[in-house]
Amino acid sequence: MTSLLSENPNSYLIISVLIFSAGMFTVLTRKNILAIIMGIELMLNASALNFITFSFFRKSTLYSGHVFAILIIVLAAAEAVVALAILLAIFQQRKSVMTDDISDMKG
Amino acid sequence: MDQVAQYIWIIPAAPLAGFIINGLISFSWGAKSSDFHKKVSTIVSPLVILISFLVTLAVFIQMVQNPETNRIFSQNLYSWIKTGFIEANVNLVLDPLSIILVLIITGVGFFIHLYSVGYMDHDRSIIRYFAYLNLFTFAMLILVLGDNILLMFVGWEGVGLCSYLLIGFWYQNRNYAIAGMKAFLVNRVGDFAFIIGFFMLFWGIYHYEGVPTIAFSALKDVMGKMPEWYLTIVTLMFFIGATGKSAQIPLYIWLPDAMAGPTPVSALIHAATMVTAGVYMIARMSFLFIATPMTLTVISIIAAGTAFFAATIGIVQNDIKKVLAYSTVSQLGYMFLGMGTGVFTTGIFHLMTHAFFKGLLFLGAGSVILASHHEQDILLMGGLRKKIPITFITFLIGTLAIAGIPGLSGFFSKDEILWQTYITPNVYIPQLPHILWIIGLATAGITSFYMFRLLFLTFFGEFRGDEGALEEVHESPFIMTIPLMVLAVLSIFGGYIGMPEALGGSNHLHHWLSPVLSMKEAVEEHGAGHFQEYLFMGFSILVSLSGAALAYIFYILKPSIPKSIGSKISGLHQLVFNKYYIDELYHATFIKGTLGLRMLLNKFDQKIIDAFVNFVAVIVKAVSRVHGFFDRVVVDGLVNFVAAFTQYYSSVMQTWQSGMLNRYLYYILGSFIMAYVILRII
Repeated sequence: MTSLLSENPNSYLIISVLIFSAGMFTVLTRKNILAIIMGIELMLNASALNFITFSFFRKSTLYSGHVFAILIIVLAAAEAVVALAILLAIFQQRKSVMTDDISDMKG
Repeated sequence: MDQVAQYIWIIPAAPLAGFIINGLISFSWGAKSSDFHKKVSTIVSPLVILISFLVTLAVFIQMVQNPETNRIFSQNLYSWIKTGFIEANVNLVLDPLSIILVLIITGVGFFIHLYSVGYMDHDRSIIRYFAYLNLFTFAMLILVLGDNILLMFVGWEGVGLCSYLLIGFWYQNRNYAIAGMKAFLVNRVGDFAFIIGFFMLFWGIYHYEGVPTIAFSALKDVMGKMPEWYLTIVTLMFFIGATGKSAQIPLYIWLPDAMAGPTPVSALIHAATMVTAGVYMIARMSFLFIATPMTLTVISIIAAGTAFFAATIGIVQNDIKKVLAYSTVSQLGYMFLGMGTGVFTTGIFHLMTHAFFKGLLFLGAGSVILASHHEQDILLMGGLRKKIPITFITFLIGTLAIAGIPGLSGFFSKDEILWQTYITPNVYIPQLPHILWIIGLATAGITSFYMFRLLFLTFFGEFRGDEGALEEVHESPFIMTIPLMVLAVLSIFGGYIGMPEALGGSNHLHHWLSPVLSMKEAVEEHGAGHFQEYLFMGFSILVSLSGAALAYIFYILKPSIPKSIGSKISGLHQLVFNKYYIDELYHATFIKGTLGLRMLLNKFDQKIIDAFVNFVAVIVKAVSRVHGFFDRVVVDGLVNFVAAFTQYYSSVMQTWQSGMLNRYLYYILGSFIMAYVILRII
C-alpha cells in the first residue's frame, strides 16, 4: 500500500499529545472564557485524532473509532453552541467574559 | 286477631294530638291568645278524650262478645329498643285488666275535662292547662297500655311530670310551686326504687331464667326458677315505687300538698287515675307478687297503717280539699290492703269505685269552692244545701258511697276488701288478718265520720262566713253539674258489677279479671255458707252508720261537743291536727340530713380533695423544675454543640470554594494526578 501515511502511529500520537497539551494549557492559564472554550475544542479534537489513529492502525473492520470521531465532532459542535450561548448571556448581564468577575459561587 | 285491635293506637294518639294542638296554641300565642283560641282549646281538649273513650268502648264491646280465651287485643306499633338481649316494642295491649283502667281514664277523664271547661273558664292560662291535662291523659294511657316495663315506666314518669306541672299550675304563688316540687321530689324517691326493681328483675330473668324479656305477657310464662328471696327484693322495690306514686307510708306526704293544683286536676290525677298507678302496676305484675308472700304481707301492713293513719288526720282538717286528700290516701291504703291479700280483683274493684266517688267528691268540692268564691275553709261554710242543690245532692251521694252505706258502690268494694283481708291466712303472722281487719273496720268508721263531718259542716247548719257572702253563692253552670250527675250515677251503680255472690250477685268483675291475673282463689265458700260473710257485712254497716251518727250528733245536734273534746285532749288534737308532725320529722331528718351531708361533703371537698389536688400540683411543679434544668443544660447543650462544631469546620472548608473557575480546573487536574499516582502505587 503506497500512501502518504506513515507506517508508524507514533507521529500521529505525538501530534495528538501536543494538541491536547496546548488545549489543556489554554484552559488552565487563560481567564477569558472564550479562550477556555477554544482550549476545550482543542482537547476534543486531540482525542478525536487519537480515536482515528488507533482505529486506522488496528485495521478494525468495525470502524468504531471512526464512528467515535464523528460523534466527538458532533458533540463539539453542540457543546460550542451551548457554551457560546451561555457566554453570550453572561456577557449581556456583566459586560465581561473574565472568570475573575464570575466568582459569585464562592463559599 | 279481631278487627278492632288495629285501632288501639288511636286511644293514646288522640290525647297526644290534643296536647300538640293546645301546646302549639299556648306556645305561639300564650298570654295574647284570643277568645277564638280559647274556644278551639276548650272544644278540642274534651273531644280528643271522647274519641279515645269511644274507641275503647268499641274494643270493650268486642271483648265482651269474645270468649274468655280470646280477650287480649294487642297492637305492635314499632320496635323501640333492640339490642343484644333486650327487646322492647311499643306494643299496646288491651286486656280485661287494662281496659278497665282505660275506660276509667278516658270515661271519667272526659267528664273531668268537660268540668274543667267550666271550672277554668276565667283562668287566663286555660290553654296551657288543657295542654297539660291532655298530655297527662296520654302518659297515663301509655302507662296502662304499655306491654313492657320500659314502656310502662315512660308513662309512669310522664304522669309524674304532668302531676308536677299541674300542681304548680299557678306557679306565681310560691307555695304552690313548692308543692309541685315536693311532689316531684318525693315521687323521685319511689321512681328510683322502681328503676332498681326493674334492673334487678331484668338481671334476675337473664341470670335465672335465661330468657331475657321484659314484656309482661312473655314474663308471665317465663317465671319459675328465680329464687324467692330475690323475687321478694324485686317486688319490694316495685312496691316502694308504688308507695311514691300512690301515696303510701312513708312517701304519702306529697299528696295533701298536691291540692295546690286546680280542683279538676285533684279529681283526675290525685284521686281517680295517677295515684292508682301503683295498684295497677301490682295487678299487672301479679305473677311476681303472688309468688312472694313476704312482700304481700309488707304491703298489707303498710296499707292498713296508711289507711288508718290518714283517716285520723282527715278528722281534724278544715280545708275541704285537704280532707279529701287524706281520704284519698286512706282509700289508696284500702286498695293496697286488697292487693296485699293476694286477691287482686278486690283492689282493682275498689280502684274503680273510688275513681267514681272520689272523682265526684273532688268535683263537688270544686263546685263548692267556685260557688263560695274560692273559699276552702269548711269552718267558714255551712247551710249551702239550699243554694247549690245539685252539688249538694251529688256530694251526698259521693259521701254515702265512700262511707260504705249499703247499696252504693263503695260498700261493695270496701266490704270485699275487708272480707278477703279477714279470710286470707297469713303464713308469717297467723293473727295478722284479724288485726288488719279490725284496723280496716275502724278506718271505715273513721272515714264515715269525717266524710259526714265534711258534709254537715259544708251544707248544713248556719252559714258561718262573712255576712252577705251567702247571697253571692250560686250554683255552677251545667257544664260542671252534668259531670257531677254522671259520676253520681256511676257511684251508685258502679258497685253492682262486683257484687259478691253472697248478696245474689255474680261478681262479674272477678270472673272478668281472673284470666289475666295470677292470684289466689278468692275464698267465696268458706265454712258455714255465707253466714260469716253476712255477719261481717253487718259489722261494717253498723260501723259506717255509727260513724255517720256520731258526726250527726257532733256537728248538727250539739256543735259544742267537738270543741270541748278538742280542748280536753288538746295535746292529741294538736298532734293529729299537725299531721303527726311527719312533715316536720322529714324536714328535721331527711332534708336537714341532706343539707348537713352537703356541708360535710363541701368540707371534704375543701380539706381533702383540694389538698390532694394541690399536693399533686406541687409535686408536678418540682418535677418539672428538674426536667427544665435537664432540658436547658443537657439537651440544649448537645444541640448547640453540634451547631457550633458544624459552623467551625464549615468556616475552614469554605475557603476552598473560591468561585474561581480556573482554580476548580486545577483541582480537577490535581485530583487526576493524585488518583493516577495512588493507583500506580497500589
